Amino acid sequence: MERYVDQELKELNKDILKMGALAEEAIYKSVEALKNQDKDMAKSVIDNDAGIDKLELTVDEKCIDLIARYQPMAKDLRFITTGMKLNSELERIADIAVDIAQRTLEIAGKPLLKPLVDIPKLAALAQSMVKMSIDAFVKGDILLAKKVLLSDSEADRLRNTIQKELIDDYMARDGSTAPRAVQLLLIARFLERICDHTTNIAEDVIYMVQAEVVRHHPEKL
Amino acid sequence: MTDKIITKNLDLWYGTFRALKNVNAGIAEHRITAVIGPSGCGKSTLLRVFNRMNDLIDGVRVTGEVLIDGADMLLPRTDLVTLRKKVGMVFQRPNPFPLSIYENIVFGERIHAGRITRDGLDEIVERSLKDVLLWDEIKDRLNEPALRLSLEQKQRLCIARLIAVRPDVLLMDEPCSTLDPQATARVEELMRELKNKYTIIIVTHNMQQAARVSDDTGFMLLGELIEFGRTEQVFTAPRDRRTEDYITGRYG
Repeated sequence: MERYVDQELKELNKDILKMGALAEEAIYKSVEALKNQDKDMAKSVIDNDAGIDKLELTVDEKCIDLIARYQPMAKDLRFITTGMKLNSELERIADIAVDIAQRTLEIAGKPLLKPLVDIPKLAALAQSMVKMSIDAFVKGDILLAKKVLLSDSEADRLRNTIQKELIDDYMARDGSTAPRAVQLLLIARFLERICDHTTNIAEDVIYMVQAEVVRHHPEKL
Repeated sequence: MTDKIITKNLDLWYGTFRALKNVNAGIAEHRITAVIGPSGCGKSTLLRVFNRMNDLIDGVRVTGEVLIDGADMLLPRTDLVTLRKKVGMVFQRPNPFPLSIYENIVFGERIHAGRITRDGLDEIVERSLKDVLLWDEIKDRLNEPALRLSLEQKQRLCIARLIAVRPDVLLMDEPCSTLDPQATARVEELMRELKNKYTIIIVTHNMQQAARVSDDTGFMLLGELIEFGRTEQVFTAPRDRRTEDYITGRYG
């Protein structure tokens, strides 16, 4: 039986997916800009962020409006509250893409401290985790959500490797490398934070689908 | 948590119509239990089982067990006057007697206790009206007709009339359906106060009310108790698809 609220829930779903697509695009462009030292692309990531912020507010308002007018229960309630959380996670992911773009603007055009090896790997992992987490939401796919959660340790490992290399092999040996090394350290940290946000999304998806809180309860996975 | 009321394999027939089907439930003491479900699902029938109100209807047959404090009150030897003193009921429309406020409250006591001193009755009136947070409002007009009270005050008075005889269980059948939102909120607040002393079972069509006020919720459909659990679980993560459909408005 189609209910009046169903149409509004579909609209909300559409907006959340749009938010996901914009966040995914922001990450993709920021990573491409970093890899290719492309200042124009980095600037476009920064410019596009205002649109993402605006959509975040729209989605939030829709969620609050739905709760106020329909007092949703059960699956509807879980969908709307998860939608609100996802919205906020996606906006944060897009903000981090801006952070990466700003670092790229700092280092673009200057000689690289070292060839980028692990950073592109971490960037690819972050992109794939963003995509998987949004897909898990769209399909209500618990297995995919769990895959996101399991990928996080690899993100931590890559971040640690990058950090250790930059500190031990460059900054500790030659202090003058610090300004450039710090930019790369920050980028690695940003990428790892994106992965953390995708794990939050994955946990929220699991709650939405099977009404089980796995956040802060790794033993339940 | 102790179960105040336990039903075991409870069936009820109105003639050949089976209105309750194998209901098994445990109603916890000093908690508010809400029973929800569509019209005709058997929720009011279930409520009326708990103080044998269905006995007044011709052709009703009840099987199974209903234990209150461990004793099966469906047995023929049950004293109905004592049972209804222990398990009182509040109805949809407040139904004060066409007597004074004072006489409404002491009415039950006069029946159950026989002769009692005026001081004793005064004490009961004050205690009961204080319990329903009505004392300060009407203490100076106790001899006025109860029918002059507002709808909400009448409903509170009916609750006061029940607790005057010191029951254990309060059954409430849509107690707020004729009240406006403010009066409803005040009666709900009263229910929260009262649960410290009584076990409360409320039947309501208003799901938001069930979600707001109750600790446990049972969902009934076509005479069956489909799901029974903690209210927060039933309303956020129902286990049964039929409960989910009903509380999200998909039933039908």
